[in-house]
Amino acid sequence: MNTTSLKIFQGIGRYGVLLALLALIVFGWLRYENFLGAFNVLSVLRYNSMFALVALGMCFVIITGGIDLSVGSTAALGSVVAALLSPYGVLPGLLGGLAAGLAVGACNAFIITRLSILPFIATLATMLAASGCALLLAENQSVSVSYESGFTELGQGDLLGFPIPAWIVLLAYLAGSLILNLTSFGRTVLAIGGNEDAARLMGLPANRVKALVYLASGGLAGLAGVILAAQFGAGQPIEGVGWELFAIAAVVVGGTLLTGGVGSVGSTLAGVLLLGLIFNILNFENGLGWISLSAYWQSVIRGAFLLLVVAIQARLSMRTEEAA
Amino acid sequence: MAETATTLPPAQRAPRLDMKTLLTRHGAWIALALLILVNLAITPNFATWQTLNVNLTQVCTIVIVGVGMTLVIATGGIDLSVGALMAIAGALAPLIFLGKLFPLPHPAVGIALAFTVPVLVTAALGWFNGWLVTRLRIQPIIATLVLFIAGRGIAQVFTNGNLQVFNLPSFQFIGLGRIAGIPFQAVLMVAIVAAAAWMLRRTVFGRQILAIGGNERAARLAGIPVTSVKQRVYLISGLLSGIAGLIVIARNSAADANLVGLGMELDAIAAVAVGGTLLTGGRATVLGTLVGALIIQLVRYTLLANGVPDAAALVAKAVIIVLAVWLQRQSHR
Repeated sequence: MNTTSLKIFQGIGRYGVLLALLALIVFGWLRYENFLGAFNVLSVLRYNSMFALVALGMCFVIITGGIDLSVGSTAALGSVVAALLSPYGVLPGLLGGLAAGLAVGACNAFIITRLSILPFIATLATMLAASGCALLLAENQSVSVSYESGFTELGQGDLLGFPIPAWIVLLAYLAGSLILNLTSFGRTVLAIGGNEDAARLMGLPANRVKALVYLASGGLAGLAGVILAAQFGAGQPIEGVGWELFAIAAVVVGGTLLTGGVGSVGSTLAGVLLLGLIFNILNFENGLGWISLSAYWQSVIRGAFLLLVVAIQARLSMRTEEAA
Repeated sequence: MAETATTLPPAQRAPRLDMKTLLTRHGAWIALALLILVNLAITPNFATWQTLNVNLTQVCTIVIVGVGMTLVIATGGIDLSVGALMAIAGALAPLIFLGKLFPLPHPAVGIALAFTVPVLVTAALGWFNGWLVTRLRIQPIIATLVLFIAGRGIAQVFTNGNLQVFNLPSFQFIGLGRIAGIPFQAVLMVAIVAAAAWMLRRTVFGRQILAIGGNERAARLAGIPVTSVKQRVYLISGLLSGIAGLIVIARNSAADANLVGLGMELDAIAAVAVGGTLLTGGRATVLGTLVGALIIQLVRYTLLANGVPDAAALVAKAVIIVLAVWLQRQSHR
């Protein structure tokens, strides 16, 4: 294979998710009325903000070659803590949810870096523990938030005509992108994922960086929990089931390799929006009345989509290997 | 561990029988024995037939799925789709024997088909997982994530998300029947565990599985048909998930595509990990998976029987998983 077509293939691999997202948006814009109307755009952004935060943390974790299965129940725990603290004001609720997430992240960091247990099994355990803690704190039911303190603004409010959760996502992704690409921390994250032993031998603080990555993932999941509680008016101990796998799917669709060492924060956001838009488009399609697909189809379509993306990625990486 | 199957013959080392070796090698069995002793001491009515049956029926499906998971993990893979496959089998069987898919000439035909078709379908889907892993070289966690996401959706689309209620003793024997007082599902579980343990230790296929998990490149170079072995392993995992799905719906006299097998992948992986199978592959113990599942269940039972809320049992489960895997690491240093 010549270098030009190799470059084209790599280009598809890198920007494929953006092209697909663009294609989906154009499709929706041409086909449905009000698809790009302010109401629809803002509600899609508002609803998917929780998944976007969780996926950002997952993106960093996956770049180091790890995985974080605990994010879903961490978000549930964060939502319960935030709801319990919401009567004391916006800030206690926000910080409480964040702290709960950081605590789970710290447990992950400790188990993975100090006890040298595989991330998969370590975060599987903390997933159960966080879920148990959430149920204990909430006494097995959802905890309604205080509406007097203005806590719900965090999920339902707008700032300059843009949903507050979307602002949080925007800031988080901006920071994430800068950290990954412009700081030595970010370079270390990439180096660990590329080859952890080599990174260690070069004197990079692999354990400290890994610990911080899991801490960040926990914190972001806690923040997602705060938004969950604020958006739906209740802390929900049994929410978040399957979020971790949705986040992994979004990261993978975004082109981040699960083997670590490669990844992009922006593409992850595109991956989240892509998976989120599938649901949105399904709703619009049903609204047109030509077909009637139940909500259950969305997971089938998401799965098929994930299959398509990983199959293309697999093909691309095989071609790249052959060419190299 | 005595029944542990490894790729290598045991190293010629001086036998050390100090506490640490004992604890790390046979930790799972010791923990199980301790749990039973503690329960005999503190839990009222523990040593009864009923308690045994309750605990056995609770672990049956986890162990059956866990056996397939053990084999998959032994090759260095993972199967996240098991719960979703259970849901598919659970949705298909009632559709068949209630005659909703096609008219039935005779009820017995429906029951025969209800046992075979769902299991064959999930086996085929398991093979599809293996195909993705071997032919497209997609990592197992992502390859099986596809069916994890889509599988439950497929089951829900089949049934339109509705609960299917039925009362059909001849089909439900798989979940409710008894042989000499022992639940049939427990007999089935023991048979599957015994067959798999024998296969892993005594057959060429079993040795090939472990060789692939130990070092896939070396196995390939040694002439082991890696692709076909892996595909068969995922197929077995799918097949066992289908059986477990049938047991769950038979037990409940109802099939709910939203709930059958929910979270099963994590329960099965936890049992495998606590049982002493190496999660990176190459060393596996099917009996260990049974013991691991029993430990997790007994801890939960002990806590529940003594008035601790179920949520706290989740935290205990987390601690057991970390502790078990950490202890196993110590023995392989």
